[in-house]
Amino acid sequence: MTDAVYRDTWRRHTQRQGLTIWLAWLGLVALTVWCWQIMTRDTICFFVTDAPRQAADIGSRMWPPRLSYLPELLWPLWDTLNMATLGTMLGVVLAVPVAFLAARNTTPSTLMLRPAALFLIVASRSINSLIWALLLVAIMGPGLLAGVIAIGLRSVGFIGKLLYEAIEEVDRGPVEAVTATGAGRAQVLDYAIVPQVLPAFWGISVFRWDINIRESAILGLVGAGGLGLKLQSSLNVLAWPQVTMILLVILATVVVSEWISAKVRKAII
Amino acid sequence: MRPYPTTWKRPPQIFTHRGWRIGLQAGFAVWLVLALATLDPNWARMVDGWERGLRFIGGFLQPDFTSRWTDISKGLVESLTMTLTSTVAGFLLSVPIGIGAARNIAPRAVYLICRSIIAVSRALQEIIIAIFFVAMFGFGPFAGFLTLSFATIGFLSKLLAEDIEDIDEAQAEAIRATGASWLQMINYAIQPQVMPRLIGLSLYRLDINFRESAVIGIVGAGGIGATLNTAIDRYEYDSAGAILLLIIALVMVTEYGSSYIRKFLQ
Repeated sequence: MTDAVYRDTWRRHTQRQGLTIWLAWLGLVALTVWCWQIMTRDTICFFVTDAPRQAADIGSRMWPPRLSYLPELLWPLWDTLNMATLGTMLGVVLAVPVAFLAARNTTPSTLMLRPAALFLIVASRSINSLIWALLLVAIMGPGLLAGVIAIGLRSVGFIGKLLYEAIEEVDRGPVEAVTATGAGRAQVLDYAIVPQVLPAFWGISVFRWDINIRESAILGLVGAGGLGLKLQSSLNVLAWPQVTMILLVILATVVVSEWISAKVRKAII
Repeated sequence: MRPYPTTWKRPPQIFTHRGWRIGLQAGFAVWLVLALATLDPNWARMVDGWERGLRFIGGFLQPDFTSRWTDISKGLVESLTMTLTSTVAGFLLSVPIGIGAARNIAPRAVYLICRSIIAVSRALQEIIIAIFFVAMFGFGPFAGFLTLSFATIGFLSKLLAEDIEDIDEAQAEAIRATGASWLQMINYAIQPQVMPRLIGLSLYRLDINFRESAVIGIVGAGGIGATLNTAIDRYEYDSAGAILLLIIALVMVTEYGSSYIRKFLQ
């Protein structure tokens, strides 16, 4: 009866499955090669072959970093930190109502307000803070304020998305218990939902603050103040030792802020 | 006899000492005043800019896709091709680096080297890397491709290494017990456990790379960001509005597309 010839080796997929997977990979490779050809159509070969020499050249100019430049960087560093923190606060203030409008269990209207809030979140998330800053500098003129608003607008989407997901995941029990006491909608929010999402809220805010420190360090490239402004002016005059110094300061700030945010999140959760 | 309190207050959780809380709040208030003082808004400039802001909002409501269409389509093609090729290249590079950075299968020296590559790639902003690659390789999408590939390495290898460190050891041990070599162990015990998540993460990274490709153009690394930067510099807000709408639409498409494929694969 069982005349079927068994293979000596074990195979995970049937022949058909194997063929489909193989074709999918082949398609991906073909697409990639095609894209590569379109992308490199205008690339000048000489620049590519010349790159190692250029890299060595820039490297030799960059080292050693100009330590005497450090005192000049302290004020921009303070600006950068303020920009990130104020921007995060602005983002939080704007994101909280948006998140409550976007969460399925707290929104006043699923048909009108929820899609609007979700669109706000997606729009804010898909535009990088550097682009926001580019626009705001064109409108408001260069300065810290443009950076703060850019950071704030970008943070709305991030905080809003994570917060509304946290709100949708709250435990139904407390909500029902508070509702059963005859509480109004606002009281249910205050006593049943807010205490449940509060730890997530602080965690998300601190996490975003950490990301914002990184972003605010480079916003100056488009004129929004802080360390990026110094970076831009040093790059413009090809003062590579100063560039190295600025990068070191940015790196140190990022490492410290990441450490703080990890500590705080561990303490909360 | 004391009357009962009529309202309930949640006791403080983190800073239980009263002095600490007051000190923290006072310090925060002082910082807020100092920080707001450094903002120094230029009101006269803002009044001037107001008209421009209105024009920009007008540009958003009535985007102009046609008059700069050749530039926009060139930027989009550059961005999209850059996104795909850099994700694939980053994936290919991050697999060996990720395996090397997993403590349970790599020797200590390899582990340290791979971890430091990841740390460098994660610590540097895409924009900063782009500045250097543009200085080395000249303007254009090739510098952008290198930037995004490098940034992808930090993201994918770190997550892959953490996945490998979290695998179910029993399967690796079972394969090892059959007398398999190290490569066979990777292929039969580790790859099946981490592959679905790795593909999901690569799709997520594809989505991130597209967003980043819209930004690194500002420093000269090609893509739609360069077109956007030009449009804003020329004060052509209707074209800029069109580009931004296209970016938002494409980000939504890639985001939903990649989450759909991820769901389909798992």
